[in-house]
Amino acid sequence: MTAINVYNQRPADIAGQSPLHHAGFEQLIGKGRPNAGVRLRERKLLGHLTLRGDAKDPAFCGGVHQALGLELPVALGLVAKGETSLQWMGPDEWLLIVPRGEEYATELRLREALAGQHIQVVNVSGGQTILELKGDKVRDMLMKSTSYDVHPDNFPVGKAVGTVFAKSQLVIRHTAENTWELLVRRSFADYIWLWLQDACAEYGLAIEA
Amino acid sequence: MLNIFCPHCGELRSEEEFSPAGQAHIARPLNPEACSDEEWGEYLFFRDSPRGLRHELWLHASGCRKYFNATRHTVSYEILETYKIGEQPAFTEAAGKKSAAQGVSA
Repeated sequence: MTAINVYNQRPADIAGQSPLHHAGFEQLIGKGRPNAGVRLRERKLLGHLTLRGDAKDPAFCGGVHQALGLELPVALGLVAKGETSLQWMGPDEWLLIVPRGEEYATELRLREALAGQHIQVVNVSGGQTILELKGDKVRDMLMKSTSYDVHPDNFPVGKAVGTVFAKSQLVIRHTAENTWELLVRRSFADYIWLWLQDACAEYGLAIEA
Repeated sequence: MLNIFCPHCGELRSEEEFSPAGQAHIARPLNPEACSDEEWGEYLFFRDSPRGLRHELWLHASGCRKYFNATRHTVSYEILETYKIGEQPAFTEAAGKKSAAQGVSA
C-alpha cells in the first residue's frame, strides 16, 4: 500500500503565475516588427505530468492508452491528440501535457488505470513552461542557439529532443511545419527569454497572445 | 567536435550533451559488513587508469538523462562502442590483444 499525497496543486480559486510572469507578454502583444520572422507565444500554465514506468510491460502501455487514448511514443517521439501531448523523455520516462486545469483529473485517471503497477506520476506543472515559436526564421534562430541538427531531414515534425541550447538545457519540440516549442525549466526561463530576444533581433520578434 | 552515440536515444549527439562518470563495471561488494578495510577501500577509492581501452560510465546529461557505458581508448580518445547498463562490452583489452596477435589492427 502506498501513501502518495495526490492533491490538486492548482485549485481554480488561485491564479497561477507563469515563470515568465515578469516579462509582461500581455503588454508586448502587437508591439513587435510587422512581418516578424519569429512569432512567440507562451503556452503558460498548462498541466505537465511526468510519467514513469516500464515500456516493455503490456499492462503499463495498455493502462496509459486506456487513460489517455494515446500510445506511448518511442525514442525521441511526440504524439498529440488535440491539446494533449505525450512525449518520450527517456527509456522509462514520458512527459504528458494537458490543458490547464485538467492535470489533477488526468493524474487520478492514470493512477486508476495503472493501479498496482510500479509506476510514478508527478505533477511538474509549476516547474516548467512552454514557449511556442512560429515563423520562417525560427529554424535559423535555433541553428544559432543549439548544436543539434534542426534540419527537417534530421528533425521532422513529431520529434522532440532534450539538448544543449544557449549554453543551457531545454527540450525542443517540432510540433508542426515552422512551429517549434521550447520546454523551458522555471529557473532558466528568464535567461532563455533574454536569449530569445537577442537571437531573434535580426529577424524581428513579435509576441502573440 | 566529438559525436557520441547514445544507446537510449539511438542517435549521435554532440559531446557537450554528455558528462563522464568514471569507470564502469564496478560491482559493489555483496556484503559490505564482511569486507576488510582494504577491500572496501579498493571498492570505494581505487580506479584503473589504463593506457588503452577503458570501460567508462557516461551520462547523457542534457538528453535522456540516463547513464550508459562506453569503451574508450585513452590514448586516441576513440570511442569504440556505447552500450546500455547491464550489457557486456564487445571490445575489451583482452580481445584487442588477441586480434593484434593475429595481425588485425583496431
